[in-house]
Amino acid sequence: MLPAISLRGVSKSFGAVAAVDGVDLDVTEGEFLTLLGPSGSGKTTVLRIIAGFEAPTSGQVLLGGQDVTDVPAFRRDVNTVFQDYALFPHMTVAGNVEYGLKVKGIPADERRRRTAEALEGVRLADLGGRRPSELSGGQRQRVALARALVNRPKVLLLDEPLGALDLKLREEMQVELKAIHAEAGITFVYVTHDQGEALSMSDRIAVFNRGRIEQIGPPREVYGRPATAFVAGFVGLSNLLVGDAALRTVGRAGTFAIRPEHVAVTDDGPGFDAVVTSIQYLGPDSRVHCLIDGGGTVVASGSSGRLATVTLGQRVKVSWGPESVLELGPHH
Amino acid sequence: MRLSRTARVALRAATWAVLGLLYLPLLLVFILSFNSARSLAWPPRGFTTHWWATFLDVESARAALWSSGRIAFVAMALAVVLGTMLSFALQRHDFFGKAPISLLAALPIALPGIVTGVALRNTFVRFGWDLGFLSVVAGHATFCIVVAHNNVVARLRRISPNLREASADLGATPRQTFGLVTWPLIRSAVFAGAILAFALSFDEVVVTTFTAGAGTSTLPQWILNNFSRPNVLPYVTVVATLMLVVSLPVAWLAQRLSEGSRD
Repeated sequence: MLPAISLRGVSKSFGAVAAVDGVDLDVTEGEFLTLLGPSGSGKTTVLRIIAGFEAPTSGQVLLGGQDVTDVPAFRRDVNTVFQDYALFPHMTVAGNVEYGLKVKGIPADERRRRTAEALEGVRLADLGGRRPSELSGGQRQRVALARALVNRPKVLLLDEPLGALDLKLREEMQVELKAIHAEAGITFVYVTHDQGEALSMSDRIAVFNRGRIEQIGPPREVYGRPATAFVAGFVGLSNLLVGDAALRTVGRAGTFAIRPEHVAVTDDGPGFDAVVTSIQYLGPDSRVHCLIDGGGTVVASGSSGRLATVTLGQRVKVSWGPESVLELGPHH
Repeated sequence: MRLSRTARVALRAATWAVLGLLYLPLLLVFILSFNSARSLAWPPRGFTTHWWATFLDVESARAALWSSGRIAFVAMALAVVLGTMLSFALQRHDFFGKAPISLLAALPIALPGIVTGVALRNTFVRFGWDLGFLSVVAGHATFCIVVAHNNVVARLRRISPNLREASADLGATPRQTFGLVTWPLIRSAVFAGAILAFALSFDEVVVTTFTAGAGTSTLPQWILNNFSRPNVLPYVTVVATLMLVVSLPVAWLAQRLSEGSRD
């Protein structure tokens, strides 16, 4: 099967700045792929290149095997959910949802039927006559979704769609989006800087840094076996051990990461002597920062055992199993 | 802010005094247009609608009204088309010389009319163009463009560029996007700009004086020329009142339109 989307050596420069730097990417049909990265890492630009809002400086964009690099946005079979929703303020909710069908010349009765279906699908059946300005943020978000989905695109592009919502609503929408993805069976490309969102929703995650993909893979792989120090630090928390600290604690030179949940804190027994320098209580668990004698700070996280009772300045032992030491490739 | 009672009373009095100073003279002109005497002396001698009923019989006033209307309409049309196009260019594209062009386009509204007038007259005469209808229209268009442009560009700045992208994303051609999204969102600003441009041209005197030939006289010029002639003086008050009546609701409407459809 041909990939739904292929990027071949795609680069994009704005003046002297390379926003996207040689990205190769294949997105399988029906996949939920997340582009994850800090702001300015190029993930949104990649999305805009797929949508056709930006032309790549070099490289090719293929949709369903067809080269669309020079095809304008309005002729591409993809739809976008914008970060600020970009609802048309002078149209009703139904008018917004109907828009894509209208410009394509779909007859009025079919338009009405599909619009009603789409609004029902996002639980907004009663609000078709409202203006976007009369809706809450969450409702606008769902209108934007309905407006895109009503066109039955092969690919749905989502640009930080939950960024403007508060935490509780965001979590509800994450579940809802997953359900919509499963039901519609279309390809989702989802841009976010929220690693938790990426881990919980995606089939695969592409981690972006400085215009390149540092690692691409399923969430468990990206979290469990980060390829670079950047990925280890951006996707979840990591204790990075480099140089001297690596030699002393791991026993050889290189760059290593240890997840805080794999660091044990004990009063005695094997391990490195350390002192507790800070304690963050986070509800379900705590983070304890320990300064190892001779240099190097490791963070331990968890909810049980010694972690729940240590006090600031206390002397402890920190240890970890050899299997939790992740060796990282060189920084790109 | 909490003000003392004295301050409140004083501020209120000052406000009314200023407003009175601004609008009482206008009210006087309005009242005097119904004065049966042929002078501007106060108090009015008696009430008559004669001047209102007959001012269109005054050949020169009628010609001036017609000529002002035509000039304002053409200058408005020119300004709206050019000003709107300029707004799109400046708002949507980056090009060499953008900043200076933006400044130069806005400058004529700030330039002293007398300078614009002299400069344009010199140019027209030097190149042998006849002074008349077209030269006045050109002169008026220079500053009418500014109000049309300002209105449209302010609206364009408020419209999220994402809306155009969203429209294209949903399959609309650039033409459909303009017709269904951009135009409905800027329409009221374009109309507001047009109304302001018309009003600006309709009562302009200085540039008109320099760019009009011997044969062209606008309504404000007619007022100026006849102000000292006792036998047409009452008609001057009628024409002045008429200009007021035309431009007041225009100003109100323009303000409402440019405030409207905010989001």
